[in-house]
Order: sequence, then structure tokens, then C-alpha cells
Amino acid sequence: MPRVVASILTAAMVVAVPLTAHAAKDTLSIGMGLEPPHLDPTAGAAAAIDEVVYANVFEGLTRIVADGTVAPGLAESWTISDDGLVYTFSLRQGAKFHDGTALDAGDVVFSWERAVGPDSVNAKKGIFEPIEKIEAQGASTAVVTLKRPTGHFLFDMGRGDAVIVAPESAETNKANPVGTGPFVFDSWAKGNQIRIKKSDSYWGTPAKLSQVTFKIISDPAAAAAALQAGDVDMFANFPATELIPQFEADPRFKVSIGTTEGETLLSINNGNPPLDDVRVRRAISHAIDRQAIIDGAMYGYGTPIGSHFAPHHPAYVDLTGMYPYDPDKAKALLAEAGVKDLKLRLTLPPPAYARRGGEIIAAQLRAVGIETEIIPVEWAQWLKSVFRGDDFDLTIVSHTEPLDIEIYARDKYYFNYDSAEYKAVIKELAAEDDPDARTALMQKAQRILANDAVNGFLFELAQHGIWPAKLRGVWANRPVQANDVTAAYWAD
Amino acid sequence: MTAAEPSGSNTAAVPVLPGRSGLVRRLFRHPGFVIGSAIVALVVMAAAISLVWTPYAIDGVNISGRFAKASAAHWLGTDQLGRDVVSMLMSGAVTSLTVGFVAVGIGAGVGIPLGALAAVRPGLISEAIMRLGDLTFAFPAILTAVMITALWGPGAVNAILAIAIFNIPVFARLTRGVALGVWSLEYVQAARAAGLHPARITVKHVLPNVASVLIVQATIQFALAVLAEAGLSYLGLGAQPPSASWGRMLNEAQTLLYLAPQLAIYPGVAIAMTVLGLNLLGDGLRDVLDPRLRGR
Amino acid sequence: MLSVVVRRLSGLAGTLFVASLVVFAVMDLLPGDPAQVMLGVDAREDTLQALRERLGLDRPAFERYVTWIAGFLSGDLGVSYTYDTPVGTLIAERLVVTLPLAVMAILLSTIIAIPLGLTAAVRRGTAVDTAVMGFGQIGVAVPNFWFAMLLVVVFAVQLRWVGAGGFPGWDAGIGTALGALVMPAIALALPQAAILARVTRSSTLDVLGEDYIRTARAKGLPNGAVLWRHVLRNALIGPLTIMGLQFSFLLSGTIIIENVFFLPGLGRLVFQAIAQRDLIVVKDVVVILVAVVILVNMIVDIAYAAIDPRLRVRDDGR
Repeated sequence: MPRVVASILTAAMVVAVPLTAHAAKDTLSIGMGLEPPHLDPTAGAAAAIDEVVYANVFEGLTRIVADGTVAPGLAESWTISDDGLVYTFSLRQGAKFHDGTALDAGDVVFSWERAVGPDSVNAKKGIFEPIEKIEAQGASTAVVTLKRPTGHFLFDMGRGDAVIVAPESAETNKANPVGTGPFVFDSWAKGNQIRIKKSDSYWGTPAKLSQVTFKIISDPAAAAAALQAGDVDMFANFPATELIPQFEADPRFKVSIGTTEGETLLSINNGNPPLDDVRVRRAISHAIDRQAIIDGAMYGYGTPIGSHFAPHHPAYVDLTGMYPYDPDKAKALLAEAGVKDLKLRLTLPPPAYARRGGEIIAAQLRAVGIETEIIPVEWAQWLKSVFRGDDFDLTIVSHTEPLDIEIYARDKYYFNYDSAEYKAVIKELAAEDDPDARTALMQKAQRILANDAVNGFLFELAQHGIWPAKLRGVWANRPVQANDVTAAYWAD
Repeated sequence: MTAAEPSGSNTAAVPVLPGRSGLVRRLFRHPGFVIGSAIVALVVMAAAISLVWTPYAIDGVNISGRFAKASAAHWLGTDQLGRDVVSMLMSGAVTSLTVGFVAVGIGAGVGIPLGALAAVRPGLISEAIMRLGDLTFAFPAILTAVMITALWGPGAVNAILAIAIFNIPVFARLTRGVALGVWSLEYVQAARAAGLHPARITVKHVLPNVASVLIVQATIQFALAVLAEAGLSYLGLGAQPPSASWGRMLNEAQTLLYLAPQLAIYPGVAIAMTVLGLNLLGDGLRDVLDPRLRGR
Repeated sequence: MLSVVVRRLSGLAGTLFVASLVVFAVMDLLPGDPAQVMLGVDAREDTLQALRERLGLDRPAFERYVTWIAGFLSGDLGVSYTYDTPVGTLIAERLVVTLPLAVMAILLSTIIAIPLGLTAAVRRGTAVDTAVMGFGQIGVAVPNFWFAMLLVVVFAVQLRWVGAGGFPGWDAGIGTALGALVMPAIALALPQAAILARVTRSSTLDVLGEDYIRTARAKGLPNGAVLWRHVLRNALIGPLTIMGLQFSFLLSGTIIIENVFFLPGLGRLVFQAIAQRDLIVVKDVVVILVAVVILVNMIVDIAYAAIDPRLRVRDDGR
């Protein structure tokens, strides 16, 4: 039906399309806080890369969909041998790279061998490590043989790091990504915006939007202003939590508070005395008031956690009651451990949850007699001194990988937790197929972590999406860090 | 980090200290000086008091009491963590003054001897010292500061260092310029001809003559240093919590402009007032100590 | 004059050489591994090593320095670690924001300051003079980033006339793009204008005190004519020098202001590059900025000698 045309711009669009068509908008601009360093998801860890290209420009054999499950991607279907070692993928017919070359099994072999090869600069090379060999059987069948059964292999191959690239364009994907997705890379004005356009030759359901622009707006206040002014249509993850209420009250917008995989921790260096004493770590857990941190640092958005596990996951156990906020108990535990005049370094990376949360935690720890020296660092320094160097006492960081409880079983992981019992549980979990047994094991793992008070478990980051009330088909939750807009459209 | 006014950069300037009794009287008849010293005295007092007492503790947080409006309990309200703004401002004065004072102190302490040396030893040493000064000035100040803090981490000490580096050549150039003029005076040359050691001549004749110009310059540099500290803290490179800092207060207020714009007002007023006070004080001193430049 | 220029140019080369050494050394000592920054926490050691080799980070320092400088001199600024784009292109993309901003700020401050300074000098001792001097004092005392925030509070938050920052890009239309630069340029121009007004005032006072002006006035030439013909030209020498000296401060100011308004300019590029350990970008930009500062100062010096009649007479007389 005809609508009141408010601007010259829309009027021009009405002229451009057949008169019978709706004048509905078919472009979208998405604000994002951080600019991706480049656009090759197979050669970088920055979440911003996937936020632009995942599912939109690049596709893998499998893909992670909105509810966090694995769905077919470039592989139409697959079979797994009984011993769980051989995966046979049959590829989509008619899938093409944006440069016109057809996708075949050779591209799969190329992509994954490249990721696992000696020159690989894949940030998640580890997920390819179980692969024994990859073979192409004809043009449309790829057979992968694993060294050992790997329960999460299909999930891992759905990550941005495992997307299929073509040998012709692999080396230039950073600046000019060539994938198989429903959107084609269009332009990138560095520091400003990245634009992708609808592909005319997509193998599957074509995108409903003709053009999507990702605008880089790093300042929270500017983000709010840009939304208000209509300079951007939406933020999948709005950076200024404190301003969300003003958008909730605005009928033009839909505010969606969803879930992420980001367990935010006060990480403790378990290797540094007296932090190797579980009583001291428990004292810290009792000293922190999670709700005050969520209110103060995140303006109320976030779910308290009691262990390293996402609350929306079916296997989650609520352990937040294990260490209630109790400064007196904390002091008693410290006294019991014989710790006096404790002075710790609190290393804070740049995100607001760390910097704001750090000031609050410092005050809470001071209240139980633990002095902290706040050391703000850039990511580069954090990686060097905390993550690689073990040169820290406390730090605040959000672990955004899905289902990453196995990090506590790693040797020499940065918080230096070492528990034979825990390692045994994780080992058992990796080999277990039965869903109920897996749930039981995951719950056991959560309990061990909470009991050992490995880290100060703070809260699960919330996903604060703000988009126009008329926009449909965007993700409310964040199972992986992506802005999958392949199904997004404007309702009339 | 703005303004490099060429006050006293004249090589021939050999101001003579006026008589002491008239000096004080004339200073207190200078309206700029009076206003300036009143402001500076106020800031110094606030800083001094905050060392022993502030209305509220600044290292505690009170989430439920955040963003309070101005009231009898909190004269200027509370900030995003529920801390009392007046207390934060008082403590911030300590940071500003300390960083400014120490940075200018280092600048003068290193720069004046270098400048005096350059005046005594023309040629290679003088050339080397002056070139080094040029090199420092060729780096945009803010980039130097950012690189220093990237190297050694943000904090008050490194902020002092970054500001001090730019003060050294200022004092060196000024000292050298005025000292060269003094060295050309007849009685100084006579003393030199009589075999007096250059170091003694420097202490006895040169420095007293340089003193008034240096005092004026130091005041102005102090003002610049306070501004610079604010700028660095605003970028997150200055003093870290729990110590308060005006620049960091502005940094934190920036994301809250829609929610609590008042938080962006107070620290800025504090910075501008302090700088204004120091500048007025410096200008007043210059007018009185160095009458040739009066009214500029 | 030629020998002066040659000597200054060789001095420039020497300073740049030392500056390049300093920047290289600092970048080499920065804590943090560019490869780890790019590949994140799950990267394996062999992957990191492969990337370091690709970036040439495993070569000895001397070799890296020579490679960098040789490329720099031949006009090849290298390839950004993170963007994987030639650094020259990156800088060019950012200059289209920074340069117009700086030019706008200079124009704005000149337009405001010169008339103010002249008026104050001519009306010395009046209320106008006091007001200009007051502006001079306050303009210098107000931090430009705070002034920028006040502008945002008033015009973006309260009045909602403009956005709080960001840059739409030139393809959004010249008007829109320039509009986004207006507030930043005003914030940048304020302290410049304050200094410039003070210097214009005092240098005009100097000229007004000169004998030939008094003579011209005594001859009965109208004030306006004297101002135009004699005073302005001579009085502008002071402000010109100051503008040269201020150039480096303007650059610093631009870097801060770009951060306040989140403009994708050169300053933001450097900040981002330092944080991401895109060392080649930092090195290139810093050396270029140093070169620009030295060049501008040199040009101002030469222009100063060329304009100042007193200096010229002295030159001829020798």
C-alpha cells in the first residue's frame, strides 16, 4: 500500500523500483564499536572480523545459527562413521565464489590444509588439530578423517576460522574478501565504514537486504546520538549500557537484552602465593558483591554466575549461592589463612566492564583489608604480561568463547589452575557421546571450579541489541560473535 | 600543551631585580596578580586540606547513591560510582599540582644547568644541547606522551616524565639566551679576564640575572603542565585510581554526557580556573619583575 | 640565503635520522607481540611464529631498521600489519579528515583573532581591550577537549542540532562532511585564537609605537589608512611566527580532538596503531609528522626573514 513518503531519498527509491512494489527500505546500517583489523576470518582473532563477514560473506561447511546449534552450510549433508572418525560431507550444488569460480571439494581441502599447515596464521589452528587427513572425492564430496573422536568437530567447523576460501583469493581476503555468501564485499573506508552488497548469484535463499553498511562508532555517547539521529539503524551490541532505558522508552526502537557466551571473571593467578591458598580465593569470592558490580559497571545488565558456565545453557547449575557477599566471612577466611596486609596488583584491560568493574572491585576488596594497585593496560600488554607472562595477581576479563570450560584443564593456562580431578572430568567429557552423561559431567566440572574458587566468577555479559521496531530477522542472542543478517528484512 | 609565548626569549634581555620593598607593594597593586594568586591560593588550600580531610572518602563506592544531584550532603552531587564530587575535585587538585610542580621542577632543574653550560661553552656542546631541544620540539607532544606511557604504562610518574621532557628545552633555551646577554656585559667579561672560573661567574652574576625571567617562565610552564596533565589523564594516560584526577573525571564523564552532563562541567572549571590563576600570576610577576614587557 | 637553506636542510636530515632511530627504538621496546595481538588468546605458538616470520619480525633489529628506512626513502612506507594495506594509502585516507580539520581550525582562529587583536591594540585601555585580553586569558586556560565536550553538551545533547561525533565520510556530501568537522574545528581554534589575539595585540602595539607610524599619524593620515598601509603588514609578522611555532601544538590538539569527536583522522590512526601494535604505521606516521613540523618551522623562519623589512635591511647592509 502507498505510504506517506517523507523524504526525497525515499521518493527517489519509489521511482527506481516498479510502482507496484512496496517502498520498504531494503538497506541496513549497523553500528559497531571496534573496527576489524582486516576481513579475513581465517587469519585473525578479532571478533569484529566475524561481525562483518561471518555467514554474510564467508560460509563454512556447517554454520552456527541463532540458537547456537549447528546447521548445514556449504555442506548440504554429512555422514559420520560409526567410530566417529570419518566425516563425509556432500557439498551444495551451484555454490560459487564471488569471483565466479565454482566451489568444489578441492576448495575444502585447500582451506583446511592451509589452516593446519606449517605457514598457517589461523588464530584457532587448534580446532583443526584433530584432523588426520582431508580428501576430495569428485567435485562435491569431501572426506575428513580424524585422529580421534571429537564431539564438537561440527561446531568448530562452523566457526569463522573454518570458512571455505578459494586458492585464487585466499591471500587477498584481508582487504578484499571473496567468499560464497549471500553478500559480496563492496567497499571499506578505513576508520569509518564497511559496506557489503547483495549477491546476485547466491546458491541458496537470496538475502532480502540489498546493502548492509557497518559503521564504526567507538564512542558510547556518539553511538546513542547516531541511533537517535538515524545515522545508523541498529547496534547488535550497544556500547552505552547506561543509555539503554532511553531507547526502551522510544517506540521507534526495539531493545533486546539477550545472552552471550561471555563469562566475565575476576581472574586470579592461582600460582602466586598467597592466592594458591583456596581460603584466600574464597575470601575474595565472599568479598565481591556481584550485584553491585553489575549495577555499577554494567548498569544492571548481566546475570550473576557462580562458576564458569553460561546461565542459558541447559547444563548450567546455579552456584551463585556458594559465596554470598559477606565481608565478615571474607575477613575471617583471610585471618584463618594467616594473611595480613595483602597487597595485590589488579591488571585491567581496556573494556568498560574491566575498567569500571575494577574500580568497584578494588573498593570492595579494600573493605575486607586487601589493598589493590590498579594497573590499566592495553590489550597488547595484557596479552604479554597477564596471558603469556603470568605476571599478574588479579585481572578482569570476559571469556567469550562458547563452552570453554576446558581451559581450566589446560597446562599453564594464565590463571595457573592445576587440578587432577578437574582434568579427569574434562578428559572424560571429551570422549563422552551420551547427552545425559555429558550434562552430568559438565555440572560436575562447574561444581569443582566453584568449590576451588578458581576465579572470582562475576557475571555473564548481556547482549544489548537495539534495532528499529520494524526490522526482523536479526539475532537476539550471541552464540558466536557475528551479525548474521542473511535473513534480515524490514517489515512494512 | 599549548602556547609557547616567547616571553623573555630576547637574547639581549638583562632584567635587573627591582628593589625588594617596592616589589611586593607593586605586585599587590597589580589586579591580575592579586586575582591570580587568590585563585592559586584557593586551589593549593583545597589540595592541602584534602591530604588530611575530605568531606567523603574518595576510594569508596556507593552504587545506590550514584548520580545524586547537588544537595546539602553532597554540594556538587555524586558521580557514576556514588563518590562525592567535591571530595574528588579536592583530591584532584593534589594530582594536578603535584604533577605540574614536579614536571616543571625537573624541567628547570635539568634545563637551567644545560642552558648555562651552553652559554659558557659555545660550539659543539652548545650546538648539541640546542639541537636536542629542537628534536624534542619536533615530536608532537601528545605522541611522545602516548609512546612513553605505551612503553612504561600509564600513571602519574610517567605523566610527569612526559611533561618534564618538554620543559627541559624551554628552560635551557631561555637560560642560554639570557645568560649570553649577561656574559657580554663588561663587568662580567672583566671578571672572566681576571681569571674567575666560569662556574663561579655563572653562580654569582648570571643566575641572579636570569632568576626573574625564570620565575615568570616557571609560573607559565606550571600552568601549561597542569593543562598537559589534564590532557593526558583525559586520554587515560595519567594518574590512576584510587587517586583522583580532573582529567580522568572528564574522561569518565564523557560517556555520561546524556545522563549526567553536570559531571563534565565541574572538573573542567577546576582545570580552567587553576590554569587561569597561574597564568594571571605569571603575567603579574612578569609585569612587575620585567617592566619592559608590561601590558603585553 | 641559499646557504642558509642548505644548512637548514642538512640539519633537517640529521634531525630526522635521529628521530627515526628514536621512534624505531621505542617501537622495538614496546611490550606486546604484534602477532599475538592479531591472533588472540587461542593462537598456538607455531602459528604466532609463522605470522612473525611473515611480518619480518624475526629479523635482527638492524636489518629491520635498514629495510624500513630504505623503503621509506624510496617512497614505500610498507604494509600495515593489521589492515594489510599499504601504509601510504592508510595515511592518505586519514589525511582527508585531519587536513581539512586543521585548515578549518587555522582559518577560524585567524578570522577571530586578528581583528580582535588589532581592535584591542587600537583601543588600548578601553573596555574592548580588557574584553579581548580576558578572552586571551580564558581561551588559553580552557582545555580544548573540555571545551569540545561543552560544545557536545550544548549542541548535541541539549539542542540536538548536531551529532555527538563521528564522520560520515566525504561521499555523504560535502556539506554533511564539513558539518561534522565544524564543532571539532571550533574546539581546536579556541586556544589558537586566544594566543593569536594576544600576540596580534602586542605586536600591533609595538608597531603603533614606532616612529614612522607616529609620523604618519602626525601628517594627518586617517587612522584607518595608517592601520591598513603601515600597521597591518608589520604587525602580522609576530602572529605569523607564532602560527609556525603553534603548528606542532595544533597537531597535538588535533590528535586529542579527533579522539573526543571520534573522527577517523591521523591522530586516531596512530592511537589505534599503538594499541594494536601496528608498529610500522606508528613509525611511519611519527616520522612524517616530525618532518612536517620541522619543515613548517623552517618555512616560517625563511618567510619571516623574507617579510621582515628590518631583517632585510640588516641583510643588505652587511
